[in-house]
Amino acid sequence: MNRAGALGRRIGAPVVFGVAFLLGWQAFVDVRHIPGYLLPSPSAIGTQLSENLADVVSATAASGTNALVGLVAGVLLAVGVAVIAARAPFIEQLLSPLATAVSAMPIVALAPVLATMFSATSDLPRRIVVVIVVFFPVFVNTVRGLTRIDPVHAELMRSYAAGSWDLTRVVRLPGAVPYLFTGVRVASSLAVISAVVAEYFGGLQNGLGSRITSAASNTAYARAWAYVVAAILLGLLFYLAALGAERAATRGRAVRH
Amino acid sequence: MPDADDVAPSTPAVLLRAAGKTFNPGRPSAVTALTDIELTIAPGEFVSLIGPSGCGKSTLMRLVADLEQPTEGTVEVFGKTPHQARLDQDYGIAFQHAGLLPWRTVQANVELPLELHGIGRADRRARAGELLAMVGLAEFGGHRPDQLSGGMQQRVAIARALAERPRLLLMDEPFGALDEMTRERMQAELVALCQQTGCAVIFVTHSIPEAVYLSHRVAVMSPRPGRISHLIGVDLAERNEDLREDPGFFAAVTAVREALRGHDVQLPPRGVEVR
Repeated sequence: MNRAGALGRRIGAPVVFGVAFLLGWQAFVDVRHIPGYLLPSPSAIGTQLSENLADVVSATAASGTNALVGLVAGVLLAVGVAVIAARAPFIEQLLSPLATAVSAMPIVALAPVLATMFSATSDLPRRIVVVIVVFFPVFVNTVRGLTRIDPVHAELMRSYAAGSWDLTRVVRLPGAVPYLFTGVRVASSLAVISAVVAEYFGGLQNGLGSRITSAASNTAYARAWAYVVAAILLGLLFYLAALGAERAATRGRAVRH
Repeated sequence: MPDADDVAPSTPAVLLRAAGKTFNPGRPSAVTALTDIELTIAPGEFVSLIGPSGCGKSTLMRLVADLEQPTEGTVEVFGKTPHQARLDQDYGIAFQHAGLLPWRTVQANVELPLELHGIGRADRRARAGELLAMVGLAEFGGHRPDQLSGGMQQRVAIARALAERPRLLLMDEPFGALDEMTRERMQAELVALCQQTGCAVIFVTHSIPEAVYLSHRVAVMSPRPGRISHLIGVDLAERNEDLREDPGFFAAVTAVREALRGHDVQLPPRGVEVR
């Protein structure tokens, strides 16, 4: 009963706030006669959303696929490199600055270069952008998880005359899982943002980013906003999926700090 | 303790000759943790190491476990180097922290050493079941370690240490974090386990009654540099709960306490001999 009440408050309060915010926005636009090119009203955005629904869905699917493929590839790459980095402090010291440098690379610069390097008619450049963006948070968190091991576990494995691969397989990797999923959770929203933003710089015209730019250049701002709403929902979906995966992976274990 | 004539004339379980350990040798930060350690432990013998913090008792156990290397003298485990004994899995080990892997079930934790050494799934399962029954946790195989109390976790750790039927058990304050009641019950269980398995034990502890209750001999250590100051034989009747109220038990406790205070233990009371 109490728990249901708490859950209701947790979901109810943001919903009430969100609805109030939208009503306030609508009233502000109507009462002050704000022109649509400055700030479209929520009802105008909603109309555009329902009129273009089929296209919104296909554009969301295109961007979502790029984000998902990039996320999965980026996570696999980050975990693989993290396992190598965790084997020797020397390798980690070698790789971490490189990973930091790559993460500091702006998408604005990266996307056009990749679009030129690879075919502009392929989704590959965008997926590579996502991989690069996803790599860093997952890598950093996974390395932290892999290198933070309980000294008792290390000594125990030594007493078993276990090799370094056994130590990685039996102790390091399972111990790093909660850290890995924290990285994935951070990376999940970044994956959607970078997949959408990467579309701003030319190439295929199939995703949310290209729809937003083309609607905006036609001064169809309400339509542009409809695609922004889809991008927000897609980002939320990724985040909630990652959060669910994190919860499932860390269930039943004491949190280590 | 086993009388001289029921100890097989075989190689001792553990032999330390003039063994010593200096950390950071040759540097200004050099610390001599242990010096001139002479200790022979017979197969099946239970020896406790007791002494104040910093006397090197854990280091001594770690030399035997090949977790540290001696800087002087020799250490042998069943006539082999500690390194070889570790590779041959001649000892089982338990620490103050149970050190169970939190993402594995209790059963999978006990199976861990067997799994690492290539024992088949069915054999592993059977052995783990047997061990969990032995430590009284037969119904808890499917639980996660954090669902168990501290004492139960420590019992799982002891079951894990016994998984490969070692002839030597190394225990570093395994009951140190437990409450007094649990601790006494665990001590009684450990005595029974050792009688069942016949393995020799090196048991590091801070507790005088614990050392006396468990051991055939108590090695009293003194710090800076760590060395064995007294070896006190505890020759008591069968170890059970009544023993804790026995005058012989108190006499042995007194002898160990005197030794820890640095007094020479004179006129050993009945049931206690100082070597």
